[in-house]
Amino acid sequence: MELSGSEIIIQFLKDEGVKHLFGYPGGAVLHIYDALQKQDDVMHILVRHEQGATHAADGYARATGKPGVCLVTSGPGATNAVTGIATAYMDSIPLVVLTGQVPSHAIGSDAFQEVDAVGITRPCVKHNFLVKDLNKLAETLKKAFYVATTGRPGPVVVDIPKDITAPHIKIPYKYPEKIEVRSYNPNFKGHPRQIKRAVDLLLGAKRPMIYTGGGIILDNASEELRKFVRKLGYPITQTLMGLGAYPGTDPLFIGLLGMHGTYEANMSMYECDVLICIGARFDDRITGVTSKFCPYAQIIHIDIDPASISKIVTADVPIVGGAKQVLNEMLKILDKTESKSDQTALQAWWQRIKSWQAQDSFAYDKNSDLIQPQAAVEELYKVTNGDAYITSDVGQHQMFAAQFYPFDEPRRWINSGGLGTMGFGLPAAMGVKLAFPDKDVACITGEGSIQMCIQELSTCLQYDTPVKIINLNNRYLGMVRQWQEFFYEKRYSHVYMDSLPDFVKLAEAYGHVGILVEKPADLHDAMVEAFKLKDRTVFLDIITDREANVYPMISAGKAHNEMDISPLQQQKQASLKAGGETV
Amino acid sequence: MRHIVSLLVENEAGALSRISGLFSARGYNIESLTVATTEDPTLSRMTIITNGSERIIEQITKQLHKLIDVVKLQDMTEGNVIEREMMFVKVKANGESQRAEVHRLSDIFRARIIDVTDTTFCIELTGSGGKLDAYINAMHENNIVEVVRSGSMGILRGEKALTL
Repeated sequence: MELSGSEIIIQFLKDEGVKHLFGYPGGAVLHIYDALQKQDDVMHILVRHEQGATHAADGYARATGKPGVCLVTSGPGATNAVTGIATAYMDSIPLVVLTGQVPSHAIGSDAFQEVDAVGITRPCVKHNFLVKDLNKLAETLKKAFYVATTGRPGPVVVDIPKDITAPHIKIPYKYPEKIEVRSYNPNFKGHPRQIKRAVDLLLGAKRPMIYTGGGIILDNASEELRKFVRKLGYPITQTLMGLGAYPGTDPLFIGLLGMHGTYEANMSMYECDVLICIGARFDDRITGVTSKFCPYAQIIHIDIDPASISKIVTADVPIVGGAKQVLNEMLKILDKTESKSDQTALQAWWQRIKSWQAQDSFAYDKNSDLIQPQAAVEELYKVTNGDAYITSDVGQHQMFAAQFYPFDEPRRWINSGGLGTMGFGLPAAMGVKLAFPDKDVACITGEGSIQMCIQELSTCLQYDTPVKIINLNNRYLGMVRQWQEFFYEKRYSHVYMDSLPDFVKLAEAYGHVGILVEKPADLHDAMVEAFKLKDRTVFLDIITDREANVYPMISAGKAHNEMDISPLQQQKQASLKAGGETV
Repeated sequence: MRHIVSLLVENEAGALSRISGLFSARGYNIESLTVATTEDPTLSRMTIITNGSERIIEQITKQLHKLIDVVKLQDMTEGNVIEREMMFVKVKANGESQRAEVHRLSDIFRARIIDVTDTTFCIELTGSGGKLDAYINAMHENNIVEVVRSGSMGILRGEKALTL
């Protein structure tokens, strides 16, 4: 089969099983777009901004486990994509981003719409390529998908000069079934002796703690994790990236970990004597101050990326391997072994944890005349039966979503955890809805974040992706305001959003449904109405309490046991103390 | 502590910037870096002299390993390593006594004079970094016109080798 470079790209995507391509045309990719419109197998989604393309592809990848694919033009097309690429990089999401480039002979001449895309993206990709030879195009594309999806996944950029895609130069094409990269071997298997040591350490624990992250989801190891946790009966906490891998409604799950995690999860981290971390990377939002991190614990760390191990916190038992493989090996040992964990100690440990749980660290004012953002998320949970795909933007609403929407399945909670990219939520929701048209998809956002990629409302209409936008509108950049309240004596600096658009009219202008919700009593009906409109994108503009805060909070330089707790929890603590309970 | 890290990397455009970019992005030190192709034209050999705590060095080697262009890597610090650096020095050489002085000093350091004019000498010297420093220190400061140093290269003694 003789094909041009453009035809090779499209044919390759078909052969690779790519169904959706998120993109935006421009000069350098005109040949590719010409080849694209001659076929129906790969569906192209025309976004309204390249950042939207990368986030949509990212949301698609997180929900499906398949790589997300983008096509953007040179220059500003590539630079606009950078935020989305960096977002995927921080959360280890497989993306393949094809960027057009000026013709080979013009590279370096400051040509129109020329940027050094490979140079600009280098620090935020797993790898990138500049295609210099048409004969290596197919092989390079295969390498890109291989590198993006294996080992610790990540985004890969392929920069393609325009002359490589010229329609009149045709070469033989064959889909490269297999590819080898001699310097890249992502198949790490956990060392058997270390795995045995880890199991022994776990069985000997008196106050064990399981801490897992996005690595479980990326490696599709939820089933194995569930068996493992239930077999041991140990408490488990999950990072923001790990939610859903272990069911959020299961009694062994003691809640979100870290800066805005539950009191019980953070206190358990502080007091545990053995900590096993699987597929997480001891991020600063998780550890608090590292000098006081898990001061009594021996630490087991399982990760596919050797560089993650002992990067922040020294592991006593380091295991380089995929979560699934290592969990399976540990389960095998647990099935065979005679030794049992100390049940008396475990019971006492659970008692201690339950005393922390009794303080209800997420409590909020349920009798308020104002809509509490937590109540909106709880209502969303009820109306969707806890079964929706939830994307979020970044800020207070993101934390409320993580706290109040317990996920029972992996890949349902889709947010920018590492980079914290405002504007992520709406395009990501679009990507998820394309992958799962029959599922409920909601984007929990705020009036600040939503405006960073609001233009994608237009894409939602064009491609019929009826997502529900849950806008927790407090007229403040809430998280920044909260920090200014706590750490800058309420000197609110540029966090007030004046001159906001009328979001209902805005939604309508884009051809969607807008619903304004101002009273707690209206919340339920509005939410039901939104989800009843199956085939419409609905923008729920929910006017919430302006100064609601996210609790608990570990502030900078503090340890897990030094959380700022809510006024309500303080009251509860006092009353428990008065009743003779230890708190 | 000072470490000598040797790498085999893909001989491709961009490999060097990936590596130097890693050092600057993560705030690691580079004391020197040398690179050239090997007998296998698809591979370049790189020697990086860096320093940092054990933890930092461990991160450096792990992060370097993660780069797709890095084929093989070895921290040679603990091994029986031969380390050499090459230097060119151009010095003023006016008058008999000055010329004789440069000659004598170069003999002591087993340096070679590789170019001569009426007013200058070019000297080539190979050795450890310390030896090159010593030569420069011994030479009268005012006499030095320019110094060109290659940065260190390392190779292990005996049968151990960094090959594919």
